[in-house]
Order: sequence, then C-alpha cells, then structure tokens
Amino acid sequence: MDNGTGIGARVKRKEDHRFLTGKGNYTDDINLPKQTYAYFVRSPHAHATINKIDTAAAKKMPGVVGIFTGEDIANSKLGGLICGWMIHSKDGSPMKAGPHPVLAQGKVRYVGDHVAVVIAETREQAKAAAGAVEVDYGVLPHVVDVADAMGHKAQIHDVAPDNRVFNWSIGDEAATDAAFKKAAHVTKIDLVNNRLIPNAMEPRAAIGYYDTGADHYTLYTTSQNPHVARLVISAFHGLAPEHKLRVIAPDVGGGFGSKIFIYAEEVVCVWASKYVGGRPVKWTAERTESFLADAHGRDHVTHAELATDAGGKIIGFKVHTKAAMGAYLSTFSSCVPTYLYATLLSGQYNIPAIYAEVDALYTNTAPVDAYRGAGRPEATYVVERIVETAARELKMDPAEFRRKNFVTQFPHQTPVIMCYDAGDYAAALDEAMKIADVKGFPARKAASAAKGNYRGLGYSAYIEACGIAPSAAIGSLGAGVGLWESAEVRVNPVGTVEILTGSHSHGQGHETTFAQLVSDRLGVDINNVAIVHGDTDKVQFGMGTYGSRSGAVGMTAISKALDKIEAKAKRIAAAVMESSPEDVEFKNGTFTVKGTDKKMAFGEVALSAYVAHKFNSAEIEPGLKESAFHDPSNFVFPAGVHIAEVEIDGDTGVTTVVNYTAVDDFGNVINPMIVEGQVHGGITQGIGQALAEGAVYDKVSGQLLTGSYMDYQMPRAADVPSYKLGFTCTPCPSNPLGMKGCGEAGAIASPAAVMNAVTDALAVKDVPMPATPNVVWNQLQHLKKAAE
Amino acid sequence: MENFNYHRPASVDDAVKAAKAHPEAKYMSGGQTLIPAMKQGLAAPSDIIDLGALKNSGVSLGSSLVIKAGTTHAEVASNADVKKAIPALAGLAANIGDPHVRHKGTIGGSIANNDPAADYPSACLGLGATIHTNARKIAADDFFTGLFSTALEEGEVVTAVEFPLPKKAGYAKFPNPASRYAMIGVFVADTGSGARAAVTGAGHGVFRAKEIEGALAKGFSAASLNGVKVGTDNVAGDLHASAEYRAHLITVMAKRAVDAAK
Amino acid sequence: MPAISMKVNGQAVCGEVEGRTLLVEFIREKIGLTGTHVGCDTSQCGACVVLVNGKAVKSCTALAVAHDGAEVITVEGLAADGKLHPMQEAFKDNHGLQCGFCTPGMVIASIDMVNRLGKNLSEETIRHELEGNICRCTGYHNIVAAVKAGAANM
Repeated sequence: MDNGTGIGARVKRKEDHRFLTGKGNYTDDINLPKQTYAYFVRSPHAHATINKIDTAAAKKMPGVVGIFTGEDIANSKLGGLICGWMIHSKDGSPMKAGPHPVLAQGKVRYVGDHVAVVIAETREQAKAAAGAVEVDYGVLPHVVDVADAMGHKAQIHDVAPDNRVFNWSIGDEAATDAAFKKAAHVTKIDLVNNRLIPNAMEPRAAIGYYDTGADHYTLYTTSQNPHVARLVISAFHGLAPEHKLRVIAPDVGGGFGSKIFIYAEEVVCVWASKYVGGRPVKWTAERTESFLADAHGRDHVTHAELATDAGGKIIGFKVHTKAAMGAYLSTFSSCVPTYLYATLLSGQYNIPAIYAEVDALYTNTAPVDAYRGAGRPEATYVVERIVETAARELKMDPAEFRRKNFVTQFPHQTPVIMCYDAGDYAAALDEAMKIADVKGFPARKAASAAKGNYRGLGYSAYIEACGIAPSAAIGSLGAGVGLWESAEVRVNPVGTVEILTGSHSHGQGHETTFAQLVSDRLGVDINNVAIVHGDTDKVQFGMGTYGSRSGAVGMTAISKALDKIEAKAKRIAAAVMESSPEDVEFKNGTFTVKGTDKKMAFGEVALSAYVAHKFNSAEIEPGLKESAFHDPSNFVFPAGVHIAEVEIDGDTGVTTVVNYTAVDDFGNVINPMIVEGQVHGGITQGIGQALAEGAVYDKVSGQLLTGSYMDYQMPRAADVPSYKLGFTCTPCPSNPLGMKGCGEAGAIASPAAVMNAVTDALAVKDVPMPATPNVVWNQLQHLKKAAE
Repeated sequence: MENFNYHRPASVDDAVKAAKAHPEAKYMSGGQTLIPAMKQGLAAPSDIIDLGALKNSGVSLGSSLVIKAGTTHAEVASNADVKKAIPALAGLAANIGDPHVRHKGTIGGSIANNDPAADYPSACLGLGATIHTNARKIAADDFFTGLFSTALEEGEVVTAVEFPLPKKAGYAKFPNPASRYAMIGVFVADTGSGARAAVTGAGHGVFRAKEIEGALAKGFSAASLNGVKVGTDNVAGDLHASAEYRAHLITVMAKRAVDAAK
Repeated sequence: MPAISMKVNGQAVCGEVEGRTLLVEFIREKIGLTGTHVGCDTSQCGACVVLVNGKAVKSCTALAVAHDGAEVITVEGLAADGKLHPMQEAFKDNHGLQCGFCTPGMVIASIDMVNRLGKNLSEETIRHELEGNICRCTGYHNIVAAVKAGAANM
C-alpha cells in the first residue's frame, strides 16, 4: 500500500527513539538481584602446558564466591565448544577438530585462552582474585603466522600432527590444468588477506542464571542468534535440555559476525550459576578481552594464477590458499575459507575452469571465524586483484577487461557450485564509471602529480552469495544446521500485529523494515506492528542474523506467514459478509466482495476472528495467528561495481581515499535509507582493512601486539570520505520479494577497490594490506631506488 | 583498577604536604593519562592528590606568555593571548587527543608526565620555556630527562609554564594512526637568537634535532631543510613506524612546521 | 568511602563511592542511567561521553569523587518534555545510528561541538571533531549528515 511506510519507503527507524534517549537495553545494562561477577584468568602464553593451577590464595581474597578451572568443567561433564560444519579433505578424511573445552584442560593454545574463572561479589574483587590465581605453565614452541604453520614444530592439537585441519579442494583440476596449457598469458599473484578484529562497539557480555527452584537456566547474551546458542548449549555442551534453557539476546550493539559464535565465557557464566548457589553470574568483556578472545576474521595467504587466451578472455583460474583457523575451530570457522570463499572465485566472470585448494591450519592465535563478508571478501580480493593485474599485464583497460569477461547470460552455472540467477554487471559498471567520473581521472592524476602526490583508481566488481541455502544442499556439504528462517504473525483482536521472527537485529533496523513489509501487506499502520525477536521463550526457533540473510530469508518467512493470514482473513471476511472467499479481495487494508459494496477493514476482520460469532468454528478456527518456515531454493547473489580513488602523499606515504563510488544491485529494496547505511558501514570496514586495520601477533613472543585501540587502528570519521552510491536492480527470482542482501557488500567490495587504486597510483603489482603510511612509504623508497 | 586514597587539597602547599606524607602518592591534574594508565594496571598509586581544586588555570601575556599548570588544552587552544602571542602553541593544544580529552587534560599534567608521544614537551623544548614549580624554575632543556621522567623532585609540583615570545613558531604532527598520539611531532621556533626544533613521538622522549636546528640557522625556511637527513640515534621503531620512517618524518614535519610558522 | 553529590540531568543525586569509582560507573551503576556506555578501556571510543558543567568529557576517564558538586548531562537528559533534542532528531532523520551503542556519546559530542563551534559546520570540521568517537556501523557518512543538520537546528 502507498502510505509512505510500505516497501520501498525511506521510513525513519522505529527503534531509534530508545537508542537516542539512552533507553536501549543492552546486556550489560541488565542487572539481576544477587548478581555476582565473573573474571577470566587468561593464558599469558601462546602455547603452554598447564602443570598446576593453585587457587588457594585467590579463594581467600575478599568477595570471592567461586573459582573454577577446566577440571571442574570436566567433572561436571560439560561438553566442549563445537565447530558446526564438517569439511572433508580431498582425500576424503574428515577435518581434524581438536578438543575445545570452555576452560583449558592440560594446555593453553593462544594468548587469551581461558584458564579459569573467578566469581566474586564485585567486578573489582573478581579481577583482583583472578590476579592471585597461580598457574604453573610449561611453555611450548608456538606458531602465529599461517604461512609458517604447516608442519611447524609447535604442534597445536594431537589430532593434527602437521597443524593442518583439512586440505580441501573444489573445481576440476584436470580441466583447469588443460586450460592453462592453452593459455596465451598467465598472470600470477601472491596475496595476504590480513587478519582483522571485528570490534563491534558493544563488547560481548553475558548473565547466566540458574533457578534452583525450577531447575531452569537463563542466559542473557550479546548474540546474533540466540536460538542457535540455546541449541548448541543444550545439545552439545549438554548443560540442560532446551525447554530448561532460555536464551535472551536483548539489544545487541553490533556484531559483524563476531556475535554469531558460541564462546567459552557465555557458556561458563550460565554453567557456573548453578555452582554459586543459583546466583546470577555476569561477565562483560573489557575491550582488551574482545581483542584477545573474540573470533578474528580473514588471515589468508594465497597464490593465484589466471589464464587468458590471446583475445583477453579468461580461460582458467587456479588458487591455493592457506587459511588460519587459530588455536581452535570456532563455531562456523570451517565453512568460511571453503564454501563461503572458493565458491565465489568465479566472481562476475565467465570462467570455464576453476580449481582451488585450501589448507586450513591451526595457529597459536585467537580462533578465526566469520567476519562481515566471511569468505566472500577474501574471494573478491583474490579475483579482483588478479583480474586488475591481468588487465595491466595485457595492457587492457581494467574496466574493459572486466566487461569482456562478465557473465551476461542467466542463469549461469559456475565451475564452483554457484548458479547465478540474475544480474546485469555491465549496467553497474557503466553507472559506477559515470558517478566516479572516470573520464576526469587523468586530469586529477596530473594535478596530484604536480603536487608530488600519487593518485590511483581501482575497480572492484564483486559478487557475493548470501541467504545461504537450501538446507538440504548445505547439509550435503557438511553443515550441521539448516539455514531456513521462521516467522509467526499474531494479529491481535484490535488489528494490531506482532511479528515473531528468528532473525535478530544488531543494528540492521528489523523493527522498521519488517514492519514496513507488514504495513505494506496488511495496510496496518506501521506503529501498530511490533517485531519480537531475541528471546527463545517468545520465538519458537530461528537461525538468526548473519550472512545478509534477514531480508531474503527472514522476511520471506514473514511474507509466507502473511500469505496464510491473508487467506484465513479472507475466509473469515467471506463468512461475515456472507459471500465466498474466492469473491473476497484484499487491498489497502480493506476486504471487499467483488461486485458489491460490502467491505470490512482489516481490524474488523481481526476482531471477528476472535469474537467468532459470525462463522462456523467447526469450519474455521477462531483466532488469527499463522506461522511459516522458509527454506530458500537458492542463495541470492548481490553484485555491483565499486570504484575507489586514492591520493598518496609523496612525502609521508599517507593514503587518502578521495572518492568512493559504490553501485550495487540488491534486487528490490525495502528501505533505501537503511540499505544505504549498510553500504556505508561496509565500505568503511573494507577501507579499514585496506589501509588501517591489521591484527599482529609477535612471532617471537606470540603476544597480540594490536591489543587495544592504541595499536589497532579503527577507522575514524576523518579517515574516510562521504560516499557516492548508486543502485541497479535485477530482482531476485528465488524469493517472492525479489530481495538480495546488502549487509556485507560494502566490506566485500571495498578492500580490492582500494588496493587496486593504491597499486595503480604507485604502478606496482602489490602492496600488502593494511597499506599504512609506513608500508606505502617503504614502497615509495623502493620506487625511488629503482629509479636511481 | 586498584583502589587508592583520594585527596583534594585546596592549595599548592597542602598538595605538597599530602605528597610528602604519602610516598606512593601521585598527583592528578586532568587525569587523561593517569587514569588510563591506572585502568591498564600500569600505575597503582596508594594515594591520588587531585590538583583540580587548586583552580590554578589561566594565561597571562607580558614580555613572556605564562600558562598556569591547571589550564586545560581546550582553554589554551581558545585563549586569545595564546593565539596572538604564539599561535603555534594554540594550534598544538587544539590537536591534542580529542575534544573530550582537551576539556580535561592540562598543560601541567602533560609535561609532568612527559609521555614520549605527548605534544606539549616539544613546545616547551622548542620554545625554550621555563617550567615553574612550587620550589623553583627549571629550563625546559633541563626539565625533560627521559622517557616519562623529568627533573621534578619527589612531591614537587608544576605550577606554570613560561614561554618566551618567538619571532615565529610552528608545529606539525604526524599522528599515530591508531592512538592519535604523535608518531612524530616537530615544534620549530625562530627565537630571534637562533632556531630551535624539538621532536616528540620518536620513541625515547622529546629531544632537540640538531640537524634541523643547524639547517634552520642558515635561514628559517622549509627550503633550508631540503636534503636534511635526521639520524636514527634518538628514534625508535615499532609496529607503526620503523626508525627510518620516523627519522624521515622528522624532516617532513619540520618542513611543514616551518611552512606553518607564524 | 567518600559520599558525593551531583546534579545529573537536573536531578540531585548522591551516593558513596570508592576513590577508584569512575564517573561512568557512578552514572551506570549507582544511579542506574545505562544510556552512557563503555566501549573500550583506553579512553578512545567515546561511547561514554557526557557533559560535565557543560563540556563533553569521557566519563570513563574521570573519577566520580572528583566530580562532587558537578552538573552532569547524560543522553537521558537531552529530550525535554518528550521532545527530542534537535541533535537527537537529526540523528534519527539522517539514519545516523544503527546498533545504537556509540550513539549516546556521538550525540553528546555533537552537541558539544555545536556549543563550541557554532551551527555552521563543514564536513571537514565535523569529521575532525569526531576524533574521539568511534562508530563501527554507519561508516560515519550519515553521522556527518546528522551533525550538520542537527547543528543547523540547534
């Protein structure tokens, strides 16, 4: 309906009022009666045996309520953390998953690993007593760089003697080799995708509470998927059956993937409550702990080769990647460098033969898992850097080289599983080049050169796959869960609507966009729609929010439930208006009977449904409440072209992104204002990866050197420009709303765009990320030396 | 952070008395460096002597510029006398930390702490300032003695900083991309009786760059610095910048400081 | 433990604190105003920014005991009679927030910026002045737009 709040409208967010007035309700804002505080004793070593833990002195410290170690966890038979996606190596063997107890047993494997928990009356007391826990470590050799991990003398898990978790492959090796034999030109590149630390602004937090009377647990937690957390804590940790465990994720202050996973701290809090007499146990990460123990992102080392024929057509692509897993396999870690990465290596291009091999390796670092884009930024980086490099080597214009190789016919089956359903890649390229004023670039470059600066332009024609599905297909690939979504629509007797969804907003604005869909479909005022999420006692089950899935999957589930609501409401309206359901039409919130002037407002039908006076309840059940589960038939494939323009200060090596253009195809868009915001945020994170952010572990000590904002550069307002956005639209054929996904696109596209611009500016093949001033200055020195 | 006893003396004398009575005490002015250090467990004083009640802030301009120790960065940045007499100093203050830090942090606190990446020490050294304490006056050249260390005796408290008026002075900072402290900051001054150039952020504490001063002695212009190379003796390398890069930045920032000098 | 009193959002409040109690802890835990957030432990993120005697400060880098007698305004104290402050309104109108966690500090810092620099703020000035506030969601684009609009309406 066209009331200004339906699909496509720039509706101001409903959730904003509470956030703007300080009335948000984040986990750390919650305090329960008789609450205690947990503080974790963490490993100071990258790799060590635990010979002895002496808690005697700590237990005598003021306020201490309990101290627990891995031994207590083992004694209570609490299961370890799991990795929910089984990957098989190309030789058929299953991945080598080492044990991951919530508190270390016998050994620590990274700086920050959880050794013990101290629970006390106050946070300060817990922290002080944690400092008094004496741990006797036997330091072992360690390895922190993924490039060095294979076969390193630091053997991290017994099950993986060479530190290799799996050696996985995709594509047709023989066909790819054959293509390379025919190639007129082969482009080779070595790339490092730098390790990132997610840094949602709200640190992780948890309150675990065991009700001794009801034998029931409650966990408040900063989660993107509280139902998955409950499932894992029930089924795998074995804490309690699901009906005895309630997980609540209230307002969540950003996630970017890092709050998908089931972590030790949250599990320990809810477990430990029982052992401190049922008192609630609260833990809030200090930012330092977030750096040490949130799952990190990326950390790939890749060699890639691209074969082209004499006409500049890509004929083959070979990739070998070493992917760091960190010290343990985090919840979804194994699917990130495999099915979320190598399946996108065809990019937007028609490449007849692709072969990729991935070695996943343990390192003595924080676990690595999905971080905004999860595998797809890594794939885009490899594809777009090598495509750019190939164009330069072939002396072709990078835009025209891309255009020549774009997929133009849909559906398009790639050699790496994905079947692209719809797109118009050239349209996005044209639009982006227009907005970015590519024609004017040479003049701008000359102006920069006159000042002693270097200016470069870089493209990134990305594609991503999100709304990962269907469940049966991903199950066959090793997923431990299905990736559908649930929705329940409850129409109240007065015609207001509650939507219960398994999606969970941590900044995406679901309370607004989901309400827009309902408003559009039922003609209900947007203020009469409430979105309920984030509580396993309210929403029956759901898979949560990640992978840009809440629109394409979550909203489609709502749409399906709305179909059922509409169908039932028509039957009720027909009964009340004494006609047949086939003759009832529903538009703009009003039911009418064809060919008559009979009509009922949606609210009247809702009331009739509950009053139930005017229909035969043997034929129509009273009430108006429907639910649906939606399992998509395919991924959705957002794509677009981003163009970065950078200027490098010739004196200092400082790189400034002076123009950034993004043209994206997200299919149909519910709320353009929110979608644009998602793009802005993603681009900034990608610029951060390209120019600023990099987690660095010291090779010698194994310590995290970038353990705070003093050393890890978060993009600030002055580090980025305002962005120029454009949109193209090819509706997605696999969901009724025609939606794709927009949450990750910016972070997927931008690192390659920026680094293509940096390398263009300096006329070099590669500059490592992050291209900090020092890194770029080093390149300038090389160039100067070469020129001398 | 560790707990401590809190004192809020109303006079300098009382502050000094309190410090003498508690050998493990620390003075706190704006707290913008001390509180983070305490939160990180890098400092754990038994007593905090908060100088906030001394009301020792303000600027006076005569034949020199005197800034009382408790004057915040924000006050220095916006003070008309500072802007008139030594605009480079106002500009330096305007870019310390962020606006919120500038509302709290003070000149006295900054120089007494002598963080190797702090801005003010370079201005003091670059302008040849005199540090006034409760007990004496100390030339900046004698005041900054090394990493986080100064000529202050136990219990001695900075009361003001007196800056001679230069013919012109400039400051240019290359911030550490993460912390935004100075990765290199160079303060240059044409004092009328020679050029001074002080460098902060290089790693081992603020120092005067003889190479820069020597070059500027031949003419206080950026062109004088062409080809000047600063050695890495006083320069450390770290995660963010190699010693070579920092040394290079000293010359670049010195040029920019000279260009900006007013 | 020292007892302190302050005026927070116009209301007189008092309580006992330890020397080490931070102003943000006093605000969040003693008087229960949880709109002021803590996002880091190195005084950089700015989620904790409040107005003290009219000036923006990081309440995570301030001792509560040192603020005896101070007048503090937190994000809860900005809207008057149920009407959002123009800066709050501008953040809503311009989609200047996503997860909302940095928002209280951002809004307070923006109001302080206008108080110091006036209503007519350039993009460059706004970006520079937001040095002490980190946002991970918005990419700053819409925050800058919001501050510009909010400043004009203040």
